[in-house]
Amino acid sequence: MTMDQRSKYLRRTIVEALEGGRRGHLGSSMSMVEILRVLYDSFLKFRPHEPAWSERDRCILSKGHGCLTLYAILADKGFFPREELKTFCMPTSRMGGHPERGKLPGVEASTGALGHGLPMGVGMALAAKIRKQSYRVTVITGDGEINEGSVWEAAMSASKHKLSNLTVFVDYNKLQSYGPTREVLDLEPLADKWRSFGFAVQEVDGHDIGKLARLVSRLPLDPQKPTAVICHTVKGKGFPFAEGKAEWHHKSGLTAKEIESMYEYLI
Amino acid sequence: MRKRCLDSVFELAKADQRVVFIGSDLGPGVLDAMKKEIPERFFMEGVSEQHIIGMAAGLAMEGFIPYVNTIATFITRRCYEQVALDLCLQDLPVRLIANGGGAVYAPLGPTHLAVEDLAIMRALPNMAIVAPCDAEEMQRFMATTKDWPHPIYIRLGKGGDKVVSRAEHGFQIGKAIPLREPGTGLFITTGITAQIALKAAEQLATEGLPCGVLHLHTVKPLDQEALAYWLPKVEGVVSVEEHTRIGGLGSAILEFCNDEMPQQSLKLARIGIPDCFADQYGSQDSLLAHWGITVDSLCDTMRKRLSGS
Repeated sequence: MTMDQRSKYLRRTIVEALEGGRRGHLGSSMSMVEILRVLYDSFLKFRPHEPAWSERDRCILSKGHGCLTLYAILADKGFFPREELKTFCMPTSRMGGHPERGKLPGVEASTGALGHGLPMGVGMALAAKIRKQSYRVTVITGDGEINEGSVWEAAMSASKHKLSNLTVFVDYNKLQSYGPTREVLDLEPLADKWRSFGFAVQEVDGHDIGKLARLVSRLPLDPQKPTAVICHTVKGKGFPFAEGKAEWHHKSGLTAKEIESMYEYLI
Repeated sequence: MRKRCLDSVFELAKADQRVVFIGSDLGPGVLDAMKKEIPERFFMEGVSEQHIIGMAAGLAMEGFIPYVNTIATFITRRCYEQVALDLCLQDLPVRLIANGGGAVYAPLGPTHLAVEDLAIMRALPNMAIVAPCDAEEMQRFMATTKDWPHPIYIRLGKGGDKVVSRAEHGFQIGKAIPLREPGTGLFITTGITAQIALKAAEQLATEGLPCGVLHLHTVKPLDQEALAYWLPKVEGVVSVEEHTRIGGLGSAILEFCNDEMPQQSLKLARIGIPDCFADQYGSQDSLLAHWGITVDSLCDTMRKRLSGS
């Protein structure tokens, strides 16, 4: 499938930030561009100039290391000036290598240590139920991230409380830091796992805009259950030199030449 | 003390819709009245401390004030990263009610003893640490918790501890209480070591060694003003804590002295648990005796400190 101009544009925006910091989780960010694009373009309610709007949908990037994509989409939506992306990882920047609540508008929770987003999302979803508010909570996790036991503790709780206002998107690019998830700690059968924890589950091509958009328009999949969307993705998507390569999970000391070659793939 | 604490949560919840209670897998019947009257703000979430802390953080981010309760070791060690990042980094008003601080669970062995909780909680920015000495003080303290804008670690004693606090002392987080006016010596305590120190002070008074007791129910933020006021007025100081000597009350006082009044640190002797896991069972009292946290050892330490030996 060819990548459309908006996906290329968002990737260029990410590379701009990467250029500022000369480092970042490139592979982990590129695999979830389309997931965040569809969420922010077609699903989430938000007001960029009123980021604390009480009825906004809450979106937690639990795989905080993918923050370059979050920063890019938030800048694109007008939460802060796009120019600021160039400060990524600089000493007084509002954008560090993992996102922090209270620093940058639109960042709902401080994440980076893995397995924290879903428990916090359960708390937010419960708060909506207690106060009878209509906002929805989405949590984006990595695949390596769900090695963490806390994710499954939270999954049991979400199911117990029938949190249909909560959706988990798993960015299943099948590569964690060391190597293939199948070899490091196999997650399969992943859909059955979420089902057995009481979730309504749907698998989708995490780079197919049309399919993702149709899927989010059907959420929640079950009015009595939380939803898990398993997004089959490609680590490093968009850059042939990085696609499916664990060594691009995180890169530091990126050279000007490497950055230049990234832009060439995004024309 | 525990019952008074949890009853206070119910009272707070009745008066304020922001208050929620989250337990792990507590004993049957805990806060049944709250569960019946306010079921939407009562949660029992199972043996899942990491999740519970995160869930409390999520509720707090939405404006609730969660009171989380389980055994002290499990609410600190098991979920330390969640406490550090979800609560302290994000500076959220979650209250951690820790059953059995210190050697309360002595018969259950070292897996259940929270003897380094003060140290690890103290190392976290934004966290307040409070260890009341009796049920009456616990009740006064709990009334002040609702509007404290940061996380609080609440260390509970065994319960049934002799009431030594007085209503006229009031309660303010971070404000030490002189339970007995200093003479030549001063014991500085937290939690139920106040009772032990008061007995030691009575004993020493009969020997002509007048000693006071300064009760630091709040270990963090440390009442530096009270320390700066009282330390120069006495000749010897003994800190007493049901906690490892590493990183707790005595360490906090030494750090303060080193930063602000170095000469005062020479007056201080620290009584606490040695750097080892519990190697006995028995009872809280027998373990404290095993570790030398007794009226007699307090008296001996103070005598030596005052005689300069």
